[in-house]
Amino acid sequence: MNLNELSLTEALEGVKQKKFTPKEVFTACEKRIKDIDDKIKAFVSVVPKTENAIPFAIKDNFCTTKVLTTASSNILRNYLPTYNATVYQKLIEANFGLLGKTNMDSFAHGSSTETSDFFVTHNPWNLNHLPGGSSGGSAAAVMADETIFAIGSETAGSIRQPSAWCGVVGLKPTYGRVSRYGVIAMGSSLDCPGPITKTVADAEIVYKIIAGKDPLDATTVDIPLTPAKNFNLKDVRIGVAQEYLAIAEKPVCKKILEAVEVFRKLGCKIIDISLFDPKYAISVYTILQRSEVSSNLARYDGIRYGSDRSNFNKENKRRIMLGTYTLSAGYYDAYYLKAQKIRTIICQDFDQAFEKVNVIIGPVSPSLAKKIGASSKDPMFGEKEDMLVEPSTIAGLPAISIPAGFVDGLPVGLQIIANKWQEDLILKLAKAFETETEYYKMKPEI
Amino acid sequence: MSNEYQPVIGLEIHIELATQSKMFCSCSAYHFEVEPNIHCCPVCLGLPGALPVPNKKAIDWTIMLGLALNCQIAKESKFDRKNYFYPDLPKGYQISQYDAPLCNNGHLEIKAFTEEQRASNDQFPTLKTIRIRRVHLEEDTGKLLHTEIDGKACTMIDFNRSGVPLLEVVTEPDFENSAQVDKFLKKLQLIVRYLGISSADMEKGSMRLEPNISVRKPNQKGLPEYKVEIKNINSFKFARKAIDYEILRHRELLEKSETPVQETRGWNEPKSKTFSQREKEEANDYRYFPEPDIPPMTFTKEEIREIQSWIPELPEAKAKRFVSDYQLSEYNTQQLIENKSLGQYFEKVVENTKKLSPTQIANWLINKKVNIDRVSPKDLIKIITESRQVFEINNEDLEKVIARVIKENPQAVNDYRAGKTQIISFFLGQVIRLTNPGIDKTKTTIAIIRYLTKK
Amino acid sequence: MTKQLKEEQVKHIAKLANLQLSKQETKEFQKQLTETLDFIAHLNQIDTEKVSPTSQVSGNKNVFRQDIIKPSQSQAETLANAKSYKGYFVIKAIF
Repeated sequence: MNLNELSLTEALEGVKQKKFTPKEVFTACEKRIKDIDDKIKAFVSVVPKTENAIPFAIKDNFCTTKVLTTASSNILRNYLPTYNATVYQKLIEANFGLLGKTNMDSFAHGSSTETSDFFVTHNPWNLNHLPGGSSGGSAAAVMADETIFAIGSETAGSIRQPSAWCGVVGLKPTYGRVSRYGVIAMGSSLDCPGPITKTVADAEIVYKIIAGKDPLDATTVDIPLTPAKNFNLKDVRIGVAQEYLAIAEKPVCKKILEAVEVFRKLGCKIIDISLFDPKYAISVYTILQRSEVSSNLARYDGIRYGSDRSNFNKENKRRIMLGTYTLSAGYYDAYYLKAQKIRTIICQDFDQAFEKVNVIIGPVSPSLAKKIGASSKDPMFGEKEDMLVEPSTIAGLPAISIPAGFVDGLPVGLQIIANKWQEDLILKLAKAFETETEYYKMKPEI
Repeated sequence: MSNEYQPVIGLEIHIELATQSKMFCSCSAYHFEVEPNIHCCPVCLGLPGALPVPNKKAIDWTIMLGLALNCQIAKESKFDRKNYFYPDLPKGYQISQYDAPLCNNGHLEIKAFTEEQRASNDQFPTLKTIRIRRVHLEEDTGKLLHTEIDGKACTMIDFNRSGVPLLEVVTEPDFENSAQVDKFLKKLQLIVRYLGISSADMEKGSMRLEPNISVRKPNQKGLPEYKVEIKNINSFKFARKAIDYEILRHRELLEKSETPVQETRGWNEPKSKTFSQREKEEANDYRYFPEPDIPPMTFTKEEIREIQSWIPELPEAKAKRFVSDYQLSEYNTQQLIENKSLGQYFEKVVENTKKLSPTQIANWLINKKVNIDRVSPKDLIKIITESRQVFEINNEDLEKVIARVIKENPQAVNDYRAGKTQIISFFLGQVIRLTNPGIDKTKTTIAIIRYLTKK
Repeated sequence: MTKQLKEEQVKHIAKLANLQLSKQETKEFQKQLTETLDFIAHLNQIDTEKVSPTSQVSGNKNVFRQDIIKPSQSQAETLANAKSYKGYFVIKAIF
């Protein structure tokens, strides 16, 4: 096996046992990028220097002083930050090395990576298909073994959905677990940085490094990463929401139901539950996110950095416009305030559900990875795609996407959602599923 | 309701807090006469990905001022984003407070003459209560400078001031004239200085004023339907001038049955006029929403009590005490109160002596411009005591000195006899020069007059 | 059905958002924004009269920092990504 094909766990073990050096792993990834990234196009920029460190890739909305940070937007195409994002800083201090910055929907405004101002990233499983978004570059790079692991960010599905479409593991931690300092803001009350990896064990390693209270981010919490007490598969009650299954297309649904059987076989209890109709979450999310976007993107005036506002693309402008409208005088109560109230209802709905079950599972995306060019003319394309992940993101809950099989050569992702601060429960359950199904062993031929 | 034109004035006062660091980041808040853009960081520059974390001291000081202004302190408060675009506002929004300010519903009493009292030359001003609507906390913007570079007009921006904590005090429109405004501003300024939270200097910009002015027509009920905001006022004196000018301007328009335009106007000091700056819409659409990057704040009764205990004796209470404890005149009290350190020094001196009266000490301090940083209270006591030592001289010797002075100043004597009786003080001065400042001046003056009358 | 947004409304929003839209964009957005508003109108079906809003999900309260100075960026770093003149950021005159 080539060193770039290793998982993080394997790479760390190999280095520890002196089978190879970190530099050799780094070099292997560099070579892989040179060999295939012209087909995948996962990277916006690659670091020129070879590091003696196990490499990682990071989404291009994380500030790095080493290399340009563009958010895949023409506004920041030449922007070099003067400071590092906390997440990036933590990884460097843990002796990992930056390989490069990955492609995304510009300013994270999308679920396909098609709205990147630079180029579209291709799905390693089928180059004619999208990788998902907005962390599409990170997910594709991991699946294509161009990197050992990657970092993405999720505002509503931007870690889970590309992970599902690319067949990798994507963990969205509880809101407040991981510092947003240095992450180019999209929806301030929603954004969560998180790991995108080849296996669940890898995700756990990275998560433990990047999580923790940051004095530079007032929304991070001081809650310790407590392990799930007395974890026993037979005691786990898994909720399956009918509303979520109903939305998924048939092939996806089939795989999810198969996954349910795997959990049943493992000894878990499967309980049918009913959740607040996710179609409302689309609207709540659209309003909250676009309102916050309209404010967060106000700083891009070209005076202190970047280029002027005419360099926003259509999707950026559309979101800013809608967000400005929903906050404006006379409309604030009807839209923004209303959305915040329904947010309360969604949180309460999950609270009630978690009295009956420990976790909720379901599909991540209604469909398989769509074809390139599919980012339809629908002005709410992104938000509609993310319907199944929006409720949990609105409530700030942790969730993971793990591979759950293939249909027509394209991966299907299963999500496991838990109550706040229960990342460990999610990881343990996900690990059990992964061990049983071994989908991570499948690699595409590029 | 009155059958006169009645000015209706409310104030918006910004006070720059003298914290070490800025409101939402750890940059130095010092920005007076330093190189541009040297106290900046990702947060106060509005760089992509930066996040705000509030300065606890600024919050505590805001509450402290609120308490000193008799406000209610919010049990729960938060920051909000005020969204608008301007080159000195790096994030494209200002973090401020909208509907849950830290302090509200306060009041401050001022002694001021009403219009009727002024008209009738009344001796005693009434006590007027000015209601404080709110005191809230926000961040300052950068500074703009206008210049020409290579013949092109340009605007230069310095972000050193961006993010410095700013208190905003808003009053109800309770003022009726510029004299009341002046009294209020001076009282507020002194309280702020006593609390030690700001230099509150209008010339330096650490205290800024924006009055809102309108005028009620005779027999009009309620508030007028318009108001004009005045900016660019840099001193108390200009504030009075600007307000008086505006009141007159509004009256003239109203008398012609025109309504003054609701707008923002700037005071132009060289021309002593206000000029229209921009239309002030009924409410600028700032699209306020709760700041998602900063968690809300709650305050317990204990915390508020703790902050209350930090408040030193405030000017009004001190003044009352000076009058009752030391029997000082109002004038002397005023002088000693206006300068906090002078007042403290005064009390130290009084503490340390039984021979000198507080009034004697006060008079000395006020009239003689003592350098209180160099002269210790004990030394001052010595100086005053020595000066008060009576110089004894018997009548015979005094006569001799007077005779000498008269002899040596024949022209002065002629002037005196010609009718310039004020020459006496010259003779007195001469006698003192030859004897001692401790001489009994009254006795000596009488002796000089007697001598001159005899001859 | 939401009423079609008027062109003036779209122009007003663009002004508030500091965006310059072409005539074509204005027309496009007029249609698209209306579509979006139509979609999200279904939220009116949900009764929220007795519900209080949630603006933060971290559950944090009272997060502050002490009033201590830490080193700032250098002037050079601050100006590195922009047009500057004698230590100031510079733009076309705004008056």
